[in-house]
Amino acid sequence: MCLAVPGKIESIEGDDLLLRRGRVNFGGIFKEVSLCYTPEAVVGDYVIVHVGFAISTVDQAEAEQVFEYLRMMDELGELEGTPQ
Amino acid sequence: MKFIDEYRDGKAAARYARLIARATTKPWTIMEVCGGQTHAIVKFGIDELLPKDVELVHGPGCPVCVTPLELIDKAIEIASRPNVIFCSFGDMLRVPGSSKDLLVVKASGGDVRIVYSPLDAVKIAEANPAKEVVFFAVGFETTAPANAMAVFQAHQKGIGNFSILVSHVLVPPAMEAILSSPINRVQGFLAAGHVCTIMGYTEYEPIAQKYNIPIVVTGFEPLDILQGVYMCVKQLEEGRADVENQYARSVRKEGNLPAQKLISEVFCVVSRKWRGVGEIPQSGLGLRDEYREFDAELRFGVASYTAEESSECISGLILQGVKKPHECTAFGTRCTPERPLGATMVSSEGACAAYYRYRRVSVAS
Ligand code: SF4
Repeated sequence: MCLAVPGKIESIEGDDLLLRRGRVNFGGIFKEVSLCYTPEAVVGDYVIVHVGFAISTVDQAEAEQVFEYLRMMDELGELEGTPQ
Repeated sequence: MKFIDEYRDGKAAARYARLIARATTKPWTIMEVCGGQTHAIVKFGIDELLPKDVELVHGPGCPVCVTPLELIDKAIEIASRPNVIFCSFGDMLRVPGSSKDLLVVKASGGDVRIVYSPLDAVKIAEANPAKEVVFFAVGFETTAPANAMAVFQAHQKGIGNFSILVSHVLVPPAMEAILSSPINRVQGFLAAGHVCTIMGYTEYEPIAQKYNIPIVVTGFEPLDILQGVYMCVKQLEEGRADVENQYARSVRKEGNLPAQKLISEVFCVVSRKWRGVGEIPQSGLGLRDEYREFDAELRFGVASYTAEESSECISGLILQGVKKPHECTAFGTRCTPERPLGATMVSSEGACAAYYRYRRVSVAS
């Protein structure tokens, strides 16, 4: 039920904050999404969408952190002997 | 798809599993709160990657599963009325009420429609002024901003034939109910990433302190869950009980402020009954007095319904992490997704349905 998926904003319509809508691309499937809760989102941003509403803008730097952490552990030798 | 595929990388998953195994020296029981996480864990076999000492138990985080029986009965009663268009998310249609489900109402001529967003229901109301349009507003904090906006828009536009049947629940009070139960076995939590996207995570800090339990806000992809488990195990091994954020690409500490503002414009905190668990104080949302006219329970006079749950279904214990689905005597025999006895068998996010779909063979042997 709390399923929410990331998609890329291709275009934005409407100036009124409450009525701002974006055309969002989910891997080739386009949907009209309300941007009323992501006033900071601009074209090109990825947003997380739940039941027709963008609920957050994806922070690209934070998105890397899952992989960063593994790289760091590698450097510390914490992952030696990891099965490939 | 970007921000999905890379988080399903098998090699990286194996590396996280190895880190977890290295960090674990004692047995730990960790609960993932959200049904979306339960679904991913069982689907991708994440629990099977973990060392034997780390057990994942499945939490109450599926709104479909915890919506009380009498609310389903109310929905069925309202949807059966001739002048009503009843709109709902698809997964509520097969939840069994006391005698039937919404699909049966639809099959016998009721106008029951599946919508993608609550705003679609508002549009249907605008297009059908002679009908009463009711939206079944279930969900956690994640869905509350969408439902609040539907009511707010209907109010602003003066759409008098729109109302909602509200069964909104809140996650932190349910976590507290689990922790304060005498049969609790949960030692660490993976908190629900999308709930926290809306609400932030400051309200978990007093819970972590009071019950001395680590809480890691976690996403929904396999690597997210593995990293969340790793962070949680590390805290347990080090004797810490902090709130940490694994899902920082979506969750900010303060949450989504415009969404919180609209939630508190339209809704207020009320006590709610959870299916299989019972009444939990201050654990849900109801419409504020200013928006009472949009309350379908009042409009259709069904507010006082009550109903008794099936005695065989142990979904209440499953939702509290005390039992696993295959320990239920009806699992896979008298209770299947085609003929569910309890709500946790209905939604694909319910623990019983996830086990039935992905684990029938392994639990039978
Ligand atoms: S298998 Fe069916 S009856 Fe048993 S706990 Fe799950 S939903 Fe309830």
